[in-house]
Amino acid sequence: MAKVPVQFTLNGSEKAEFVESGATLLDVLRDKIGDTSPKAGCRQGTCGSCSVIVDGELRLSCLTLAETCEGASIVTTAGLAEGGVLHPLQRAFMDAFATQCGFCTPGMIMAAKALLDRNPDPSRDEVVEAIAGNICRCTGYEPIIEAVLSAARSNSISAA
Amino acid sequence: MELRKTYFADERKDDLHEIGQPRPRSDALGHVTGKTAFFADRSFPGMLHLKMVRSPHHHARIRSIDTSAAQKHPGVVRILTAKDVPHNLYTILILIQVGPEDEHVLAEDKVRWKGEAVVAVLAETERAAQEAAAKVEVDYEVLDPVLSIDAALAPGAPIVNEHHGRNYYLYDSGEARKVRFGDVEAGFAAADHILEQSYASAPIEHAPTETTGCIVVPEGSGRFTCYTNTQAMFFTLDNTSIILQMPGQQLHMVGGTVGGGFGGKVDVIVEPIAILGAKLTGRPVSFVYSREEEMQISSPRAAEKLVIKDGVMKDGRIVARHVKAYIDAGAYSRHSPYGAQKSAAHFPGPYTIPNVWVDSHCVYTNRTPSSAMRGFGVTIGDFALEVQMDKLARLIGMDPLEFRFVNAYRDGDMKAHRQPTEGAALVECMQEAARAANWPIDERFMAMSSRTREGL
Repeated sequence: MAKVPVQFTLNGSEKAEFVESGATLLDVLRDKIGDTSPKAGCRQGTCGSCSVIVDGELRLSCLTLAETCEGASIVTTAGLAEGGVLHPLQRAFMDAFATQCGFCTPGMIMAAKALLDRNPDPSRDEVVEAIAGNICRCTGYEPIIEAVLSAARSNSISAA
Repeated sequence: MELRKTYFADERKDDLHEIGQPRPRSDALGHVTGKTAFFADRSFPGMLHLKMVRSPHHHARIRSIDTSAAQKHPGVVRILTAKDVPHNLYTILILIQVGPEDEHVLAEDKVRWKGEAVVAVLAETERAAQEAAAKVEVDYEVLDPVLSIDAALAPGAPIVNEHHGRNYYLYDSGEARKVRFGDVEAGFAAADHILEQSYASAPIEHAPTETTGCIVVPEGSGRFTCYTNTQAMFFTLDNTSIILQMPGQQLHMVGGTVGGGFGGKVDVIVEPIAILGAKLTGRPVSFVYSREEEMQISSPRAAEKLVIKDGVMKDGRIVARHVKAYIDAGAYSRHSPYGAQKSAAHFPGPYTIPNVWVDSHCVYTNRTPSSAMRGFGVTIGDFALEVQMDKLARLIGMDPLEFRFVNAYRDGDMKAHRQPTEGAALVECMQEAARAANWPIDERFMAMSSRTREGL
């Protein structure tokens, strides 16, 4: 099958791959590049486990064609910690016991990051809305909401 | 968090200094950094993909299987049918002598539920495997299906599973797991009121976010490493050993990280056929359920039908409880004979009733085999029992919580299945619940204890 060249930055580093036309960003990230932080829970855009940030927008990588990401800047949960220092969201998810089986966690953190990047001081309702496309089947939503609110608070403290 | 240390303080040697203190989860760092390795996060060069051809019928005889067109599909490496499986007939609990073996790894003569595995296709890509699976031709003679507990037990019903020869599991106690305690008919005769109610539930799917699957790698040592998200590592190891007639030392199961299970990953389903595929091709094999398979193929919580008849006195004492329970196993046993047994032992719930009669049946139907899920055999029974308790309280005009105090089991009481009650603490839990919910109850119930008979 015809291969398509595609270049983008992933968590700040340049990537160049030949991908099958029609390959999803999820499969390219996981199988070709080896970033397995986005998870394949449904491959049909219903669970949110594969969420990544493409040019600042939250995207479902299972419904995003890799070839449409030419020149894009992609962020995944694997790239959040800088120099071994956890991102405030990662710290908050740990402190608030916002992980159970852990399968939804990278997608949840991406959805939360996309929210805080555009709205650093969200209301509880805005957090609920932001993670509405992400399923936590362990049903640990309350600690997740608390973690996002707590990360927003710690961000505003460090910014002050 | 408030920690009440007043109850059972004399039983404690420590001061519970860990309880109430946050301790980080050992796996949280991996989860928040995306580094936790779920089974599907591994890939291996030359890995093949396995797709299953499944029955489109609830109940049918297989006349013939033609894999010739699928075999020629580009990318197909190997096709597996029943004759490739060394010991094709199995049942999970044979490990603890709960037989008979009643389920084929790949269907032979019949399919007994819509979705049953018939033919496995191994190909270079997932897409090739899927396309080739669509080219496998199976000629079915469709049979009448049995789709409910009532239909299964009706006279003249088609037999779902010939390995049982009847549409229910035959225990050593007969057609049901039985509990007989006291004289239930004498209890009803003495009762002021009798209430009989039926309760029914539908199957419930666990729907874990990570679908069921495994990846198998043939190693140079002749062993096979199986990365799996099973919740039952040793069931899987031992059953695979039986199915593939391979010594356990050749099977290296690697697991422990499960993206949501809730009991739904306790059956032995993907590993034996994936290991067989790896063995016959000499290549790594990935077998991962699609979301549709997870919802349709993985075993749900059983549907149940419960008929509860209680005799109660005006003062609140339940003097007789008669329960008929029917657990829908679907087409195969899996863990359901055990679930139905657990159901029998669980009635009459956390209450001390002098006269109890329980029959719990494990019934076969042409539905998706049911299996473990969070307290299976117990949870639906508890739902029915507690609804029944509320109805009984209303019937005699008593507060529903006080009604439960009157009947609560306490230490030293003999349960209906002949286990003495120890460490019950139900009374104390209900006292705390009454306080927390600000639900006023009579002082004599607040003075009760699980340890003594004083007061009531």
